[in-house]
Amino acid sequence: MKKLIILGAGTAGTMMLNKLHPVLNKDEWQITIVDQHETHYYQPGFLFIPFGIYTCKDVIKPKRDFFPSGTNVIKSEIEKIEPKENRVILKSGQVLGYDYLIIATGSKIDPTETEGMKDGLWHKNVFDFYTVEGACALANFFKHWEGGKLVINISEMPIKCPVAPLEFAFLADWYFTDRGIRDKVDIHFVTPLPGAFTKPRASDILGDFLSKKNIHLTSDFNIARVDNDNKKIISWDEQKVKFDVLVTIPTNKGDEVIARSGMGDELNFIPTDKHTLMAEGYNNIFVIGDATNLPSSKAGSVAHFQADILFENFMDVIEGLEPRAKFDGHANCFIESGFGKGILIDFNYDTEPLPGKFPLPGVGPFSLLEETKMNHYGKIMFRWMYWNFLLKGVELPIEANMSMAGKRF
Amino acid sequence: MAVKEYAGKMIELDADGNLANLNEWNEDVAKAVAVEEGIEALTERHWAVINYMRKEFSEKGDAPSIRKMTKESGVDTKELYALFPKGPAKKAARIAGLPKPKGCI
Repeated sequence: MKKLIILGAGTAGTMMLNKLHPVLNKDEWQITIVDQHETHYYQPGFLFIPFGIYTCKDVIKPKRDFFPSGTNVIKSEIEKIEPKENRVILKSGQVLGYDYLIIATGSKIDPTETEGMKDGLWHKNVFDFYTVEGACALANFFKHWEGGKLVINISEMPIKCPVAPLEFAFLADWYFTDRGIRDKVDIHFVTPLPGAFTKPRASDILGDFLSKKNIHLTSDFNIARVDNDNKKIISWDEQKVKFDVLVTIPTNKGDEVIARSGMGDELNFIPTDKHTLMAEGYNNIFVIGDATNLPSSKAGSVAHFQADILFENFMDVIEGLEPRAKFDGHANCFIESGFGKGILIDFNYDTEPLPGKFPLPGVGPFSLLEETKMNHYGKIMFRWMYWNFLLKGVELPIEANMSMAGKRF
Repeated sequence: MAVKEYAGKMIELDADGNLANLNEWNEDVAKAVAVEEGIEALTERHWAVINYMRKEFSEKGDAPSIRKMTKESGVDTKELYALFPKGPAKKAARIAGLPKPKGCI
């Protein structure tokens, strides 16, 4: 019996399980998936909760609904991976040996990385929306808020879903306009990046959207601490920004188990070959999704494209072949821009987001780097696709590697 | 590709304005680039950071992130921002003759 262990049953781990389970011969393979949580969160939906568009119910389902029957599921914390011994130690002390390991332990926010962030004002005037608790607390706050200065701040890169903070700003503009108090809400977007986004052309276009929507942009701001008494965020070079409500995207880190296992970089992300998706230095460990240190976006769409590549490479490696498929860094993000519209971007390691039509060249129905109603429908439709197709490993009509067809350059 | 004069030497720059060829770098070039970045004089502490970055780059092939710098260079975050205001990783990489850190995605 050969043993495959998948660590983490989030988006990436569940997808891999559903892709590999039907094709690996049951008489030869035992597949085990390990996760400490019972609930699967539709994380792209967190963004909509503060504005009352989704409730908590809309973003949760039991993880077990997405496991194929016959899977060995272990609900446990992971104490340690011992990659040289080819084994995983669980919290209980139980030891699991493996022939192949897929690490999909994700990333999460760590507000304690910034002085004063998780202090007196936490979830009172300082909120995150990267956890269901933070998003719901913020929804309650906004319901009764009568206006003031709303500051959205990214602590440091990389973060999960790098477009989400911008979408939050756009949706806030829409929400307070609808409530008739937009003139009383001053929205500030404060980022450590030199502009609105990570990629230059998209950054210019998205920066224009910010100013059109009367959202102030402060760039090159690297937060050092939160001053709870005076409601200010202060940068390392002593710039100060006052807030009435702070929506923070705290430092994102990989899981502590990666640090305990000595497998991570300074943020617990695992050094991974950017093309083959194999953990650097090991020939039987793959890494997928937010857990990697790859210079691609940390997002579900990216994990989905990686899953196609990882699947091919896994099948090669178990046959004793060299992994042949190459991940190109492909990301595809619907950006909610408010008022029922959205913007779509599609890019990879080498090509920055460009204008054009997607996925059918010249036809669409989606428009790249333009604000359309159809792009918004794409995003709303995506939740249904996520639960029904994506997690279950069903093929979607989008290629894993990025296509230049339909892009203008 | 742009070419610009630093310390009496014509030097090729990449798309980000960083040195295109690592081996065209020397201490005088570093001083000239520093002035352009608003740093009039490079102190011993600046050099500690610059030398650490060059060493990291030659070993790992990528300029280190701020987090890695503060963990390993012996200069804490506060001082790093005082030495290289605004963007220490980006600025120090440029002065050290290295490409812009890939960490920025």
